[in-house]
Amino acid sequence: MGLLSDPNRRRALTKLLTRLNAPICVMCYLAGVAWFMGLAFEPFTLRTYMSENAMGSTMVEERFPAGERALATGREFAAHKKKVGGMPVDWLVKTMQSRGLEVFTQSFTRKLPFPDENKERYMVRGTNVYGILRAPRAPRTEALVLSAPCSEGNNNNQAVGLLLGLAQYFRSQIHWAKDIIFLVNEHDLIGMQAWLEGYHHTNTTGGDWSPLQGRGGSIQAALSLELSSDVITSLDLVLEGLNGQLPNLDLANLFYAFCQKIGVLCTIQGKLQRNDWDTTSGYSHAAQTMMLMVLKQASGRPWGDHGLFLRYHIEAASIRGINSFRQYKTDTTTIGRLLEGMYRKLNNLLERLHQSYFFYLMPSLSRFVSIGYYMPAFGLLAVILLLRALDLWVQLGASPPGTEDGVAGGVQVSNGPSSPGVLSILTPVVISHMTGVALYTLPILSQEMAVQHFPVSETEAVVLTAIAIYTAGLALPHNTHRLLQGEGTEEGWRVLKLVALLYLAVLLGCTALINFSLGFILALSLVPIAAFITPHTPKALSAAIMVLLSPGCTLLYCVFVFQELQETPVSLQDGWMLFLSVISQGILDHALYGSLVYPLLALLIYPCWLLLWNILFWK
Amino acid sequence: MAAHRCNIFMLVFVLCGLTYVLVRAEIEDTNHVKDAESVAVDIAPKANIGASLRSTKTEDQTQAAEEERQWEAETNPVDAPSDNKADHVHDTMQNLDSRPAPYVKDQTQEAAEEERQWEATEVKEADHVPDTMQTPDVPPPTPAKDQFQEELVIRPLHSGDIYASFQFRTMWDTDFLRGSKVSHYRLFPKSLGQVISKFSVRELHISFTQGYWRTMQWGQPFLPSPPGAELWVWFQDTVTDVDGAWKELTNVLSGIFCASLNFIDSTNTVQPSASFKPLGLGNVTDQRFLRYAVLPREIVCTENLTPWKKLLPCGSKAGLAVLMKSEKLFHSSFHSQALHFRPVCQDWKCKSTVWELRQTLNVVFDLHTSGQGKREWSLFKMFSRTLTEACPLASSSKVYVDVTDNPQGELFELSPTTPLLSQAVVLGDRRTYSVYDLTNQATFGQTRSLNMLLRWRAAESGDMLRPLLHGERYVAGYGLQTGEIHTLMYNNHPYRAFPVLLLDTVPWYLRLYIHTLTVTSKGRDNKPSYIHYQPSKDRLRPHLLEMLVQLPPNSVTEVTMQFERALLKWTEYTPDPNHGFYVGSSVISALVPSVVAMDTNSTRECPLFSSFFPCKEESSYFMRVYTEPLLVNLPTPDFSMPYNVICLTCTVVAVGYGSLYNLLTRTFQVEEPSPGLAKRLANIIRRLRGVPLL
Repeated sequence: MGLLSDPNRRRALTKLLTRLNAPICVMCYLAGVAWFMGLAFEPFTLRTYMSENAMGSTMVEERFPAGERALATGREFAAHKKKVGGMPVDWLVKTMQSRGLEVFTQSFTRKLPFPDENKERYMVRGTNVYGILRAPRAPRTEALVLSAPCSEGNNNNQAVGLLLGLAQYFRSQIHWAKDIIFLVNEHDLIGMQAWLEGYHHTNTTGGDWSPLQGRGGSIQAALSLELSSDVITSLDLVLEGLNGQLPNLDLANLFYAFCQKIGVLCTIQGKLQRNDWDTTSGYSHAAQTMMLMVLKQASGRPWGDHGLFLRYHIEAASIRGINSFRQYKTDTTTIGRLLEGMYRKLNNLLERLHQSYFFYLMPSLSRFVSIGYYMPAFGLLAVILLLRALDLWVQLGASPPGTEDGVAGGVQVSNGPSSPGVLSILTPVVISHMTGVALYTLPILSQEMAVQHFPVSETEAVVLTAIAIYTAGLALPHNTHRLLQGEGTEEGWRVLKLVALLYLAVLLGCTALINFSLGFILALSLVPIAAFITPHTPKALSAAIMVLLSPGCTLLYCVFVFQELQETPVSLQDGWMLFLSVISQGILDHALYGSLVYPLLALLIYPCWLLLWNILFWK
Repeated sequence: MAAHRCNIFMLVFVLCGLTYVLVRAEIEDTNHVKDAESVAVDIAPKANIGASLRSTKTEDQTQAAEEERQWEAETNPVDAPSDNKADHVHDTMQNLDSRPAPYVKDQTQEAAEEERQWEATEVKEADHVPDTMQTPDVPPPTPAKDQFQEELVIRPLHSGDIYASFQFRTMWDTDFLRGSKVSHYRLFPKSLGQVISKFSVRELHISFTQGYWRTMQWGQPFLPSPPGAELWVWFQDTVTDVDGAWKELTNVLSGIFCASLNFIDSTNTVQPSASFKPLGLGNVTDQRFLRYAVLPREIVCTENLTPWKKLLPCGSKAGLAVLMKSEKLFHSSFHSQALHFRPVCQDWKCKSTVWELRQTLNVVFDLHTSGQGKREWSLFKMFSRTLTEACPLASSSKVYVDVTDNPQGELFELSPTTPLLSQAVVLGDRRTYSVYDLTNQATFGQTRSLNMLLRWRAAESGDMLRPLLHGERYVAGYGLQTGEIHTLMYNNHPYRAFPVLLLDTVPWYLRLYIHTLTVTSKGRDNKPSYIHYQPSKDRLRPHLLEMLVQLPPNSVTEVTMQFERALLKWTEYTPDPNHGFYVGSSVISALVPSVVAMDTNSTRECPLFSSFFPCKEESSYFMRVYTEPLLVNLPTPDFSMPYNVICLTCTVVAVGYGSLYNLLTRTFQVEEPSPGLAKRLANIIRRLRGVPLL
């Protein structure tokens, strides 16, 4: 700071920064991207380790014997499910009761804002059944949850069978210190949302559910089980939850430790771990795994039934059984033993899981990148915005004659002589945000009208309205200028750009703190245009670049990249259809579960991008 | 003969009626609802005639013959019970005259006590203690006499589990109040006696419970208790410094019972105004002398059981207490041990009082975890011990098995069979018990050991009658800023409403928003007729909320209250702050309409003349229900990073604040360019020469 209080040195420093601004920005951008890609390189990452003492050193023996019986129960469940044509509530209640659980049901109804074409549902009516294993001599203050969704068709019957088998086995054991809740939820996430809201007596999204009768105190951890075949080749761990929240890393460590102990193949993002980190293919494998995690996290949607638990500060993960063509198969008894071991350890917990990381990325199941390692990548991108802002600030300060001091000059600009400048930036800001509000509200509000006037379904109507409003926003600069008194000045666009830069920096910074992946992806696409856009660049080229780097197009690229990483590449046509369904899913996620990505994009990021668009067409 | 029997039942019912009147009067005092109490006493004889006839009718011939024998054995217990009855009447009159209901008695205890009384006379040959109760007419002034009784009640539960309840009663005939120093102890434990006399305790109730009583599966317990430790004490009105005495007493008790009672301090002690009335004699109901505290976190284990057992006259060496092996008692679904100390009348005139120490131990064994999968229970399977003798010091020693639901043996099979049966109205329900008298050698049979075996016949036992009252509690909401406490009270009675007293004690670190208090039943606002609220003081005392709420029939009443989670000072966190902080159970005390009274619409076969008037005298019984304790997470700093925090704050202060401060306070001026080296040298030389500087 002595540096700054000396006007000479300060002048030298600002001169340096302004002169070298563009190269520094380019350097930072490249360094940020390189840093991020380096995160997947194994020598730069940390090996996972169990932080929680209560789960670390204590030994448990897994003795679950009844895999075959569990499968038989699963088949029985399937038969009853087929007979009833949905959730066999009575059968489940009776079965759980005969296993010595306290059984309760919860019914719920939910009307979606518009039909969900992926899952073909609109009016959802269902029942959750759950049984509570009361821990002996425990005062009902803590609980663990094991859930299995009751899905349509032939899916997940084995999961329900194993859940009931585990319930029976757990019931005969004396060492439980926490109540264990066995939950079979209908209509996957909608049922889970109803159950969780019922359990915590909240109502965030306006669902309609009957209150719960039995509870087990505060839930400490939860696992959701998805199992659709009698034997599996590997188990996949799904961590990404609502709004990119992740469970404590110790839960992943626990899963990994037991997979190692019992000898089950385990994957994350469906990718096995590889040992050849020093080869190119090894590195690209790790990078792909990490990129998948980043994309999933950035989507902000729950990727399994566990995803909704995280809002209530309940550590949760989904375990998905995968049956591929690999030789080595694992039977249900082994999965049962794995789950038993995990629950025994979770049962040993003295406190909530809190020792390990909550913010991390995983390039493989045994390696992780903590927040301290990945944040610099984002920081390098964000600093570009600040550097550009500083540059503008200095330019603005230098232009009025007679002021040596940058600070005094800046104050004068915003307050003193250029009051039309303030108006000229206020109008575009307000109008962009109004467009954002329109983008947020109109698609759902106007779906009926759209359906009446155009030959489209409700879902298509919503998506196409959203795209239409988005595109209509591009015409904004022309309309804005009509409103303005007189011509925009040179100074005007600089002030506007300064505001836009700082706004974007704050926005991305906050987003990255909550959901790093989303913040980083947005920064990747928005920072370059924010940094170099001026009214003086060639209009057509810049406009093309800006549109290509707009949030909507970023989403489109993400869809393609995601499909590519999952090794299920799609054609352009399919990709476009997928893109449309992703938009509708995003809006639905917001309406049903309270996902924040859609409002964030519509209300904040898109207006911010419109501001930049405005600058390009500044007159 | 029939007259005697009638007498006995009459006695039981009159007592029930009186208890009802007392309790009712008490509640109504707060409720401002007047009712004609005298009716209860009037109708009493009618109803019990009916009841006794009913009981004879249901027995078949052989059983009747056996019973005849049994009744013959106790030809003259008439006086004792009638004494007792009179004493209670007398007592009641006094109380009703002076002030409304100075004591509230649990009807269970009353009934059980009564039961024991008339059976005690039946086995008086085996009595070691000279018993003055036998002498008719005039009770002579008695020398100091202590007495000890023990019993075990076994109730098979509908879930297949089994509930065993031990009760030990030691009577202590002494007068430590008048300043006479007690130095001689016979049956009463000295360690406790000294404490009680030192601190002038009038009533002391302490319970240690591990587990939560599952009312919906198990029905009502004989003596309810909340999870963790509960302690409530009425001090004598001579005590001046109640808080000091309470503090010392908790510390001493903590030592006696090896429990963390020393954690009771002003932040978890309250003085309830209505929920905890004295259960013994006396007419002081000024809550200044009452202290109530719960430690929901207390974990109960063998180290608490051993000192508790040592208070028994026979220890765990003989009598029923041999069954208390900790490896079995703690291999159960529920474990609760309690100790109740109170003054009771010595004789029917109630000229003098004796002190009663009642030690109870309740345990529920779980069918599923006991292994083998067979639906059968025996003393050996439960306790891994059998009974071989009664405690030689005990005046009565009995084992009761609840056979109410099993009159013909269709539900389960009980062996060995016993000819003795007894009936009692327990918790508003008429129950039948098989009685095993341990003071009688014949009970032990050839093998010289008693190992009752209870084998279920049916795989599924019938549905249990739903408990009329039960409560639930949970924390709603998410996040670490605010939350909401929901308390649900279920009235399962099909057509009667009844009032309940709800007591909530909430620690200060949950800041209750009392303006958000809502009481709703059946979707409508239910205005409590009495609210006593004492706000908390940070780090000094907890919130206390008492409410009298009328529960409509067949309804759920929900009490909600929002709270804010306080941020504690960093030394105030427990060593495991992420576990959460406990909030003790709320207490629901109520007069519940009894099941027997509910039965008036001829679902059971009974004489017509017995069922015309609603039998008022047993229409309500006192009941206390504890809800679950709560575990609430408070905002917790990351204690693993004090170093980082210190570093960061120091850096921020040093760099950020310091330089900003510099920039703001300094004045800047352009400095002369510093002179070159040659010039400086020249200046030094010039200064030495005294010539003006350059």
